[in-house]
This record gives sequence, structure tokens and C-alpha cells, in this order.
Amino acid sequence: MEVFVQQLINGVTLGSIYGLIAIGYTMVYGIIGMINFAHGDVFMVSAFIALIAFLTLVALGITAVPLALFLVVLIAMALTSLYGWAVERVAYRPLRRSFRLAPLISAIGMSIVLQNFVQIAQGARVKPLPPLIGGGYTLIESDTFVVRLSNVQILVVVTTIALMALFSWVIARTRLGRDMRACEQDLKMASLIGIDVDRTISLTFVIGAALAAVAGIMNLLYYGVIDFYIGFVAGVKAFTAAVLGGIGSLPGAMLGGLLIGLIETFWSAYFSIEYKDVAAFSILVIVLIFLPTGILGRPEIEKV
Amino acid sequence: MAHQAQSRLPAFDVRRALKSGALAALVAFGLFSLLIGLRTEQGPTGALILVPRPWELFWLVVAAFVGSFLRELVRGEQGAALARMVPAPVRNVVTQVAPYFGYALLAFAVAVPMIFYSNRYLLDLSIQILTYVMLGWGLNIVVGLAGLLDLGYVAFYAVGAYSYALLAQNFGLSFWICLPLAGILAAFWGVLLGFPVLRLRGDYLAIVTLAFGEIIRLVLINWQSFTGGPNGISGIARPSFFGLPFTAADDGFAATFGLEFSPNHRVVFLYYLILILALVTNAVAIRLRRLPIGRAWEALREDEIACRSLGINTTNTKLTAFAIGAMFGGFAGSFFATRQGFISPESFTFGESALVLAIVVLGGMGSQIGVAVAAAVMLGGFELFREFEQYRMLVFGFAMVSIMIWRPRGLVATRLPSVFLKERKLVSADMVSEGRG
Repeated sequence: MEVFVQQLINGVTLGSIYGLIAIGYTMVYGIIGMINFAHGDVFMVSAFIALIAFLTLVALGITAVPLALFLVVLIAMALTSLYGWAVERVAYRPLRRSFRLAPLISAIGMSIVLQNFVQIAQGARVKPLPPLIGGGYTLIESDTFVVRLSNVQILVVVTTIALMALFSWVIARTRLGRDMRACEQDLKMASLIGIDVDRTISLTFVIGAALAAVAGIMNLLYYGVIDFYIGFVAGVKAFTAAVLGGIGSLPGAMLGGLLIGLIETFWSAYFSIEYKDVAAFSILVIVLIFLPTGILGRPEIEKV
Repeated sequence: MAHQAQSRLPAFDVRRALKSGALAALVAFGLFSLLIGLRTEQGPTGALILVPRPWELFWLVVAAFVGSFLRELVRGEQGAALARMVPAPVRNVVTQVAPYFGYALLAFAVAVPMIFYSNRYLLDLSIQILTYVMLGWGLNIVVGLAGLLDLGYVAFYAVGAYSYALLAQNFGLSFWICLPLAGILAAFWGVLLGFPVLRLRGDYLAIVTLAFGEIIRLVLINWQSFTGGPNGISGIARPSFFGLPFTAADDGFAATFGLEFSPNHRVVFLYYLILILALVTNAVAIRLRRLPIGRAWEALREDEIACRSLGINTTNTKLTAFAIGAMFGGFAGSFFATRQGFISPESFTFGESALVLAIVVLGGMGSQIGVAVAAAVMLGGFELFREFEQYRMLVFGFAMVSIMIWRPRGLVATRLPSVFLKERKLVSADMVSEGRG
């Protein structure tokens, strides 16, 4: 029972991080119908930006954790958004009218570029960060097992909920959100009624990257170590989450993220930790085969 | 906006170019300020310290400025005319020379061991290139002909390699028995993996193949008792010349033919072995293209719905492409195992799949000669710029993006239709929607 509760807490935390990354996949797929394979690496880049920003702030003498955290979130979101924008501008926009597989191949190229860029710029070694936010609460204490809820976990979950609320509001209530929904339905028609489609797509990438940046910071705080390779596996898992929830659906991305996070932690706890990535990849395969529209997705109609 | 600028200033619009350069410099500064400008290093206490690198950052920003400035400057009328003028004659030359180029390349490939007999390093490199040519040709069947993006091709390469290694070690079977077995096993895996997933759309299929590739690699790492885990399998039997081992012994290859023993015999043998395997792959691919199944592949690549309406069984068609591609991957894998004598999951990462895919994409999907040239250029390039080894993946990622933007059909971008009326002539790549042919 104690193990179960603890894994539940861990799973929800992990799921929040996956959910935030998954939003980037699901929005881009919804609007231009491509898998932004480089999104996982944008997440990885954001974690590195956050790490370096933290170290810079410490070097500048800003050591108050709330202030430093706030500044890091701002810096990382701004710079990662720039990465999202640049990736779209360089690698995807010129391919809008190219053949079917071109954007995906270009995205794979971009993912390799980002991974190796960070590896060359920052080295291949694992980068540790001492825990900034300590403490937590002990929920259940038995003789054999102590269930703990750490402050970082609370922070991760609360931030995710707040961002999701904000983001849902943007989509439902603002001009930008309306433009995005219009683009999702029909790009050509949206441009005919005066929506700047290129700008909307750029902003989609920017928002996706900004949310991935928050996920990157959380990942850094939660695990305390990053390396240049974290984007690949996290990206695949977040994509699985997006598909599981129903690609194109925002609540679906969050739900999918939570499910993937829970499955991963429970699998690690009760079966085998070595095969936890195998489990995640297997779920991806199973979902795509048997439930390609996901839990909350709309069925896709193939038109000639 | 561009038109307005041109009508005002027909030659070069310097102010506009300056503006675009400044913007690019600003973006570059934003992108690289933290990641290039500051490097995290392990400090003496174990905690990370920052090492500033202002000059690298400065030069990158300057490069972004100059690049964007020049690009904007030649974007006017002359720039466009320049860009239009160059490719046409080049393309014509390529088209004219291409058929003979293939034979010349083949003749050269056959002659390589005779010319470079004593240069062990060059022979090893050639063997490596040919292995990738073969993998490229195998993947070309799946990606180029059938239009299925397979991101986990290396899984079949791994199946082939581990089949040979395990069969040879556990049952003492020889290379010549294992080779077809490895191919069959890889094809079997192709069918097994392909069967459930081939109903999926293009990019979903790509992601699922990626997942399968990773699953197989992770299983190879974790199933220690069977595969040796991360340590891999060493001491894999070397190939023999139809039963004659390449040793200095009396029953060895050299002694039997009355030659003086030389370790190069085996290298030359391996070279011809992979050359023949690659050529078989090529021949099969070319032949299959002309069979109904090959035409079905190409039709499927162009329009799946039309195929279904014409009564083509799309699942079976995709499955055969998948299985045949996988089979050649398996052959290449068992060759790899016997050549290296040691295999481990390290050799079968996603990076390897991406490399083979990049070779196919660069060479022009569906073009056999293009794939061969691309493999030679890429691996030769890697060797030439050995001291820049850490940059090679970066360069090859950029190459994939650039090719998609500027020459999405690859370097060889003309098509020879497989079905034609009266006259068979080359078609520009712009006329067909995907692939070659």
C-alpha cells in the first residue's frame, strides 16, 4: 500500500512533465499534421539553458531561490521559444509544400543537429545540479516504508496545473487561440479569411517550446542531472502520451502524459526497471495499432 | 514585399540586407549566448563551474550576420537568375553520364583490391562503404520504392548480426549456412513487426518502426543470458573460403592454392564478398521494380487510396517490401558480424538507422546509383575529416535538412519511368510527387 501511494505520487509528477512536452507535439500535429521529431531535443536544450542560467545567476550573486527560479523560468522560456521558432523557420517552413515524408526527415535531421550541437558545446558528460528545493512532507510512516511528498513534486504538479489552465484559456478565449483552432480545421480556409497562417504556425512552435522549457526546468529540478541525450527518450514518451490521449487534443495530451508517467513508475516498481523504456515503447506500438485516434481524439477521415 | 524592394532598387538592396543580417545576428546571439558563450565544466569540488567563451560566441554571431546579409543581397533578380542558370547544365550532364557512370563505378569497385592490394586501411574503408551501400540499397526498397519511412532499419541489421553470431557460437554452423538463415530470420522479423503496423499512415509507421528498433536494442542489452548484454558477443567465427580458412596452416587458403600466406587475403575476400552481396541486393531491387510487385510498390508510394481502389492488396504489398528490405539488412548484418568478429548493442543504435536513412535520402530516394555515391561521399568524408569527428553528426544532420529544402529528391533527381508509352525518357523530379521512377 505504501509503495503504491509513493509510486502514485512519483507517477503523477513524471506524468506532468511528459504532459507538458506532449502539448508541443499535439499542437503542431493538430495544425500542420507533422511529427515534430525535434521537440524532445528542444526540451533537452531548455534543460541546459536552465542549468546554465542557474549557474550564471549564482555567479552574479543572486542566490535567493524563489527569485532565481523565477528569473530562470523567464530566461529559459524566452530562449527556448527562440529555439522553437528558429527550428520551424529553418527546417519546416520551406517544406510546407514538399512531399509527404520531407518534414519528418527534416525533423530527424534537426533532432540530430540539436543533440550534437549541445554535445559539442557542453560536452557529453552528465551535468549535475545540487538540489535547490529541499524538504517535503511525510505522508505515511510505517515500519518498512515512508511515503514522502517532496516540495519539488508539489511545485511540478501545481505549475503544470496552472500552465494548463492558462493555456486552455489562451486556446479558448484569445484571438491567437481562435486563429490556431481555425488553422487546425483548415489551413487554406483560414488563410482565405485573413488569418496569418505562417505567424500562427510560428507561434504554435513558440508556445510548444515555452511549455517544453518549463518541463525542462522541472526535469532539472526533479532529477538533478541532465545530459544531451535526455531529449530522445523523453520525446518518444511524450509523443506516446500525445497519441495515447488523442493527437490534436490538449486535455488528451495531459491525460496521456499522466497515464504514461503512471505506467512507467508502476512498471519500474513492480516489474523491472531495466525494461521500463521497453514498456514505454511497447505502449506506443500498442496504442498506435489498436487505438490510433487515442482516448480523446477524433477519428481521422482520409480524403482523396 | 520582395517585389516592392526590387522595383525600388533593382540591383542590390543593401539596407534590407543589413536589416536581415542584424536580425539574424540577434537571433544567433539569443540562441547561442548561454549554450556557446558559457561552458559548464566539472569544477575541482565536483560542482559545475562556468567557463566563458566570448570569442566563439562572437564569431558565430558574425557568421550569422554575414550569412544572412549575403543571402539577402543575392536574393534579387540576378541571384534568382544565377540560381536558375547553374543547375540546368549540371543536371543535363548528370543525366547523360549517369548510365555510364554506374558501369565505371562498378569497374572501379571490382578493381579496388587489385589497385590498393597493400593498403589495408583503404580496403577496410572500402568494405565499410560497401556495407553501407548494401544497407542503403536494402532500405531503398522500403523507403525509395514503397515509400514507407522505416526508422528502425538497424533492428534487422542487428537481427542478422546476432543470428549469425549466436548460430555460429552455439551450433558451430558455418558462415555460408548462417547467411541465408540470417536473411530469413530478419525477413521473418520484418513480417512479424510489419504485420500489425503496416495499416498505419506514413509518419505513424515511421515512429512505430523507431520504437521497434529501440525495443530490439534494449532487449539485446538487457537479455544478458542470451545475447551477452552490453558486453556483446566476441570471438565470432571468421568466414572461410568455402571451407578453407584464411590461416597460415597447411589446409589454409594460401597453402591450398600455393600462395604465400598474407593476412590481406581475408580482407580481399571480405571485400569481394560484400561487393557481391551488395550487387545481389542491387540486382534484386532493379528486377523487382519491373515485376508487378515492384510496380505496385511504386504505385503505393504515389497514392495509397488509388491503389486500394484498383484492387491492390496494400497490406501484402507493404509487407513484401518490408520483408525484402529486412532480409537484405539481415544479410548485411551477418556480414558485419563475421567481419568484425565482435558485436554489441552499441553498433545498432538509432544513430545507425539515421545514417542509413540519410544515405538513402541524400542519394535520392529510389535511385540506386545515388545511394552508392552518397554512401561513398559520406563515409569517405567522415574518414577525411577524422580530426573533426565530433562535428560529423552535426554536419550530417544539417545535410539531411538542407537536402530536404534544396533538393528533396536527393542528389540524383531525375527519374526513369518503369512504365512508358512509345519512348522511355527521363522525367524531372519535379513532375512526380515522390521518390524516383
